[in-house]
Amino acid sequence: MSATSELWPYLVLVLVGFLPTEVWRMLGLVAARGIDEESELLIWVRAVAVAVLAGVIAKLVVLPPGALAAVPLAVRLAAIAAGFAAFLLVRRSILAGVAVGETVLVVGAMLVGR
Amino acid sequence: MGRRSCNDRSHWSAPLRLRLRLIPFRPMTLSPPDDPLPTSARVFLDGMRSSATSAFSLVLIGTYVGVGALGHDYGFSLPWVMLSTVLIWAGPAQVILISALGTGAAAIEVALAVGLSSVRLMPMVVALLPLLKGPTTRDRELLLPAHFTAATMWVESLRLLPGVPRERRVAFCNGLAVGFLVFAHVGTAIGFYLAGSLPPLLTAALLFLTPISFLVSTTRNARFLVDRLALGLGLVLGPALAWAQVGLDLLWTGIVAGTVAYALHRLREALR
Repeated sequence: MSATSELWPYLVLVLVGFLPTEVWRMLGLVAARGIDEESELLIWVRAVAVAVLAGVIAKLVVLPPGALAAVPLAVRLAAIAAGFAAFLLVRRSILAGVAVGETVLVVGAMLVGR
Repeated sequence: MGRRSCNDRSHWSAPLRLRLRLIPFRPMTLSPPDDPLPTSARVFLDGMRSSATSAFSLVLIGTYVGVGALGHDYGFSLPWVMLSTVLIWAGPAQVILISALGTGAAAIEVALAVGLSSVRLMPMVVALLPLLKGPTTRDRELLLPAHFTAATMWVESLRLLPGVPRERRVAFCNGLAVGFLVFAHVGTAIGFYLAGSLPPLLTAALLFLTPISFLVSTTRNARFLVDRLALGLGLVLGPALAWAQVGLDLLWTGIVAGTVAYALHRLREALR
């Protein structure tokens, strides 16, 4: 039926998109029970979360997806380093870091591509 | 009651003692009448306003322009892509879902790939929820903030929550996340309608938004040595493990780099 075929993509979204993601959040909800804000365990968990995020950041730069892979590695590394330096120099501003990093990436890719 | 005595701070580590001084302390009992709490609705709106003034609103728009364009290219409808943002609320998982389904991968394979990319959400939820819990917070009130937990919301919550009264932190987080969702939807719609006309270099620049913004914001939030160590070690270990083709590389990066950072922090405390 047409109603079924229209609903099918949404069922797929819930089954293979929503559930595999949400299960980790719900496990986190259960694990967070009884953990005190001041506990040593929380310091470790936060360190693990920060390290995973750092891993995601570095992988996106070193082994990037899609169109970003067409930009040479040297340009990507220069862009992330320049963005980080700008963040440190300009009052720890996230916007300054993002703007400088993106500018170096685009200008660098254009210069190398020429 | 329920919480440890606030006077007995001797067993807490130095960073925590420092942090306690930074967090405005609120009594566990009802607030005195001359210091009324703002209503939940007002704090929710404060949270939404904070999302608008956050640099991450721009990052989210840019990132989701990429997601919207991808969804269009693989033949998904705009409502489907937008619903995926509400239900999944994790950029990398959505990119994997759309590209894998679009190329006709088996459902079980897609679910596995999406699930593996989302493991990182668990430690984030565990680290965030204790900051949200007040003396009267019920578990079901934490369901929504747990669902909304993603890198952007997590980073900004850790930064902003210390300035929010404990009794209203759930409302603040929900407002912040709903605000971010609106920006993500704006980006998705733009990307969906511009798909095909985006130059490759612009797409590359959009993909670069996530690493650069996460790097500087995580650095800004890392006030303690243990967090800085975890960040530095994770940056090195992540690509190293991926390059060595270690399975579940991000999970191992988190456990190994996080544990080493924590061990060094304990060592430093012990040597004091």
